[in-house]
Amino acid sequence: MSTVATDDHHDDHQESPYSIKRWLFTTNHKDIGTLYLWFSFIMFLIGGVMALVIRTELFEPGLQFVDPQFFNSMTTMHAIMMIFGVVMPAFTGLANWLIPMMVGATDMALPRMNNWSFWILPFAFAMMLSTLFMDGGGPAGGWTLYPPLVLQTGDALPFVILSMHFMGLSSIMGAINVIATILNMRAPGMTLMKMPLFVWTWLITAYLLIAVMPVLAGGITMLLTDKFFGTSFFNAAGGGDPVMFQHIFWFFGHPEVYILILPSFGVVSSIIPTFARKPLFGYASMVYATGSIAFLSFIVWAHHMFTVGMPLAGELFFMFATMLIAVPTGVKVFNWIATMWRGSMTFETPMLFALGFIIMFSIGGFSGLMLALAPVDFQYHDTYFVVAHFHYVLVPGSIFAIIAAVYYWLPKWCGNMYNEGLGKIHFWLSTIFVNLTFFPMHFVGLAGMPRRIPDYALQFSDYNMLATIGAFGFGFAQLLFLYLVIKAIRGGEKATSQVWENAEGLEWTLSSPPPYHSFTTPPVIK
Amino acid sequence: MAHAENSYYIPHGSHWPIVGSIGVCTLMVGFANFLNNVSWGSPMMLVGLAIVLFMVFGWFGTVIKENQQGMYNMQVDMSFRWGMFWFIFSEVMFFAAFFGALYYARVYSLPWLSGEGSGITTNSFLWGGYEGSWPNEANGPGNIGGDYTTIGPWGLPAINTALLLTSGVTLTWAHHALKINHRGQLILGLFLTVLLGTIFMFVQGYEYAHAYKDLGLTLGSGIYGTTFFMLTGFHGFHVTIGAIILMVIMFRCITGHFTPERHFAFEAAAWYWHFVDVVWLGLFIFVYVL
Repeated sequence: MSTVATDDHHDDHQESPYSIKRWLFTTNHKDIGTLYLWFSFIMFLIGGVMALVIRTELFEPGLQFVDPQFFNSMTTMHAIMMIFGVVMPAFTGLANWLIPMMVGATDMALPRMNNWSFWILPFAFAMMLSTLFMDGGGPAGGWTLYPPLVLQTGDALPFVILSMHFMGLSSIMGAINVIATILNMRAPGMTLMKMPLFVWTWLITAYLLIAVMPVLAGGITMLLTDKFFGTSFFNAAGGGDPVMFQHIFWFFGHPEVYILILPSFGVVSSIIPTFARKPLFGYASMVYATGSIAFLSFIVWAHHMFTVGMPLAGELFFMFATMLIAVPTGVKVFNWIATMWRGSMTFETPMLFALGFIIMFSIGGFSGLMLALAPVDFQYHDTYFVVAHFHYVLVPGSIFAIIAAVYYWLPKWCGNMYNEGLGKIHFWLSTIFVNLTFFPMHFVGLAGMPRRIPDYALQFSDYNMLATIGAFGFGFAQLLFLYLVIKAIRGGEKATSQVWENAEGLEWTLSSPPPYHSFTTPPVIK
Repeated sequence: MAHAENSYYIPHGSHWPIVGSIGVCTLMVGFANFLNNVSWGSPMMLVGLAIVLFMVFGWFGTVIKENQQGMYNMQVDMSFRWGMFWFIFSEVMFFAAFFGALYYARVYSLPWLSGEGSGITTNSFLWGGYEGSWPNEANGPGNIGGDYTTIGPWGLPAINTALLLTSGVTLTWAHHALKINHRGQLILGLFLTVLLGTIFMFVQGYEYAHAYKDLGLTLGSGIYGTTFFMLTGFHGFHVTIGAIILMVIMFRCITGHFTPERHFAFEAAAWYWHFVDVVWLGLFIFVYVL
């Protein structure tokens, strides 16, 4: 395969990285990918500070640092920031950087819309964050925005809802672009079943996004009209039902959690074979498992609502459907382990994060299986056990996969290797502190500590102190990550085109850093 | 994967997206302030809307110009097709949320409030034996919005159904004319489609006025008025958008754009129009007839 670095039919080449116009007007998938990833990191710091406010308040029992209303708006905003501002943009950033290179395309299919997908986000999040300074404070009813509580929000409510519409617009356009790129821009010979798994998982994720973001838009529109235009969607006196919002919300919300994890599966499926020096075990079953998870994600939403009051048949259906998801997920974990079986493994930083992902994501998966049991969930619902569960799948799950992806592809993106020794330290600090933060939450949750309350009974004190220490440790460890990335961008040992000894895929046939337009001539697929 | 002789066109440096972001953000902040009763809310909305319209004209204008210059090969055409297809799918899911709310209210919440199944105690303690029946007592135990009469399906709604179905036929006729390069029929077909769509909107407006003035049926008439006006209202909004799109296409046809072989913009508009048509059929059945 040849490396095509010439650009013969476009007169303007890469502009200076210091020109504001370049970043504002860019239609280049790499520039936009970079913007997404940096945006995501900035939001990660903001959302992280909010998490630390929560953990500081919970360091000891009693109310000491913030008032309960502000505490509640911190838990709400932390979730919105981390979901819509960190994980989703980070994956879209990775998709932008990688998918055109992986399928042998010049760029994304719809480059102008690509720019808009990104440049909506700073505006949407400025709107969202501005609510913290309004009369009545930011939204404090939880990120799930349940009525009637959320309708008591002050001036912030319309800003919260409209900014979420805005974010949805960005996600839908981003997803349409990803699908159009994958379906239409593949190099000749790149059949669907030859695509790298990262591309496959993103194809399915994009489909989920287009299917459920509009449903969220519909649900929050109903909140808006209930509050300001006298409709009765969620008003029992008018024949509506507040529980109906929960159904609409979780019809979006459950596929959403797979939107937050499927691209991680793709990342891990790329990294494990490279460092195990064996091809991925069970490629086709990985594709089918991803598809099955996506399908099941549409028929399990009410497991978030077991305690809300549902007919018994509903409880049973959603319980069994939810437990079914463990099957395709188990297929994936099995395949990753089978890939490593008798492989010549080395443990560079991306591999460490990928291994950490498999182990800790599985812990989160198992606690998910516990929560799937309706009768047991009656005990666990709204306790810290739930918080422990979803943080295990999101932090050492999604976030670890994003970090693994950055270490894995960073040498490709900027042409320089990162500092391996410090990278490993970053991994160990993150892993130790993330477990110190979230593992004790299982225990306090099982013992009955409720979520979203700024105070707690004395017997939960020790574990909460540990969790707070862990949270600060994890937060500060990420500054090391920032340092490593900036250092690698500014210089360091030059990376080869292939970067990793056994890395396979079209992106490794391009130079490091790759040319501004990835493949101006489509590559030949074996 | 058609890879034509010329390469895939990648535009360079577009300022329209950032203009769009500023416009939509201004519109939304203005709207939020309007909802919070801030006096400068509505002027700000108008400014935002103006910026958005400026963006739409500029962005589509650029795309049309590039297209007329022959910069788009068949692969670019295919990207547009996928883009439009998935955009319409997202719209379908948006309507699905509101149809879902309608079904939920009819199948679950009203019967439960009326004491069905485990709702029996709630009904007798909280709602004093309320018996909500669709459609005439579907404004809940609070009789929110007061008594109302509903609009039967076989008057204006049936006429509207006929109007939209006919507009689908005239649009297909126009498409056929475009394919055989018969410009006169093409423009006439488009004109009739836009005309039928506009008449539909006027009928719908008349029906709304009738509901508000004579029937006591408003957006605030409990869950019935809520689902009725939100579903038909969002549909009407989409008809308006679709008619504007078709009008633009008509002007482009008059200017001489499109060839019998390549006319994706026309097809995109037609897809959108048929989508709006199908949503109406769903509305006619589930909102008016059943």
